[in-house]
Amino acid sequence: MTNTLSLEDRFQQRIDNEEKIEAKDWMPDGYRKTLIRQISQHAHSEIVGMLPEGNWITRAPSLKRKLALLAKVQDEAGHGLYLYSAAETLGAGRDELLHQLHTGKAKYSSIFNYPTLTWADIGAVGWLVDGAAIMNQVALCRASYGPYARAMVRICKEESFHQRQGYDILLTMMKGTDAQKKMVQDAVNRWWWPSLMMFGPSDIDSPNSAESMKWKIKRLSNDELRQRFVDMSVPQAEILGVTFPDPELKYNEVTGHYQFGVIDWEEFWRVVNGNGPCNEERLAARVQAHEEGAWVRDAALAYAEKQKQRNSSQVA
Amino acid sequence: MQDWPLFEVFIRSKNGLSHKHVGSLHAADAHMAMQNARDVYTRRNEGVSIWVVEARHITASDPEDKDALFEPASDKIYRHPTFYDLPDALKHM
Repeated sequence: MTNTLSLEDRFQQRIDNEEKIEAKDWMPDGYRKTLIRQISQHAHSEIVGMLPEGNWITRAPSLKRKLALLAKVQDEAGHGLYLYSAAETLGAGRDELLHQLHTGKAKYSSIFNYPTLTWADIGAVGWLVDGAAIMNQVALCRASYGPYARAMVRICKEESFHQRQGYDILLTMMKGTDAQKKMVQDAVNRWWWPSLMMFGPSDIDSPNSAESMKWKIKRLSNDELRQRFVDMSVPQAEILGVTFPDPELKYNEVTGHYQFGVIDWEEFWRVVNGNGPCNEERLAARVQAHEEGAWVRDAALAYAEKQKQRNSSQVA
Repeated sequence: MQDWPLFEVFIRSKNGLSHKHVGSLHAADAHMAMQNARDVYTRRNEGVSIWVVEARHITASDPEDKDALFEPASDKIYRHPTFYDLPDALKHM
């Protein structure tokens, strides 16, 4: 009976049975392509995500804050590397993936195209941006592709420090002067809506979602995750003593959820398509870092080659 | 640019346990792979020992051969202690 099933059917059966798919297993081309696109975009986001925060490492207000921020940015680099490795198990080359990022062919999370104007932004990024990322990533720990799911587990373990680190910055500032409190509120005002946009277009406008859900690359829909994030964030804002810039935000007794205003999808698409406040700056910084590091990569390879020859001539 | 070779990374999480595969990374040579593995995979005391091996040196079984390799084991129930019915009077065996 099973012999009459097509490869696709058998694959779907494995997915439905919650079996993990591993690198060398048969998989439909679409599954492979979708994963490479999603995992590499995710990796790019981690790498580009270092830039807005790196901006504040030298200006952190104390050594303690500086150490924590450095550790966080180093984690983002690590997360990018776990994810690139996962994408490579599907046959994508590292060089090709980086090329797609540097030429603008591949996307990364739009949130990193917003500027970090004050120290409070670093707090708001940790609290809201990392908070939204965690919401997404926890769901991805159960993704059907083994290497991706395992990378996500590692990442989630490390992310919660990021969010606490950010929230702690804001808590401290909220105990400070009026100017500091105002700075926190201003940062929250600017990061709230872009954070909600991080979950992507509404389910009705998300063309790839149905297939990704069927393949269990995605476990929860964009709107479900966004709602969870809002429900989680409102009480956290109350404890902090800040408000979100949404007059329509209120608790709905019937649904048991916080309802919120309409997201400005025009802004979302504008930033996705390259016209956000920092798109050019981010990409230019990435390309510059890559190009200026070229001689280091070449030198390391030349050195390794020389050592290899030296060792083999000693053996002979 | 030519890609640096791919290395697979294995970590012994604590003394007494086996090394376990944790992921991979690129490095120019094994020495650099070791240093990078330290930074990428053990930032929070994840291990006490690291192995790195260039991915091309690993020979992996083909998922297509799964039945041929592993199926014969499942009908050899006499390899398990529960196959043998022994008197209740016999303790500790």
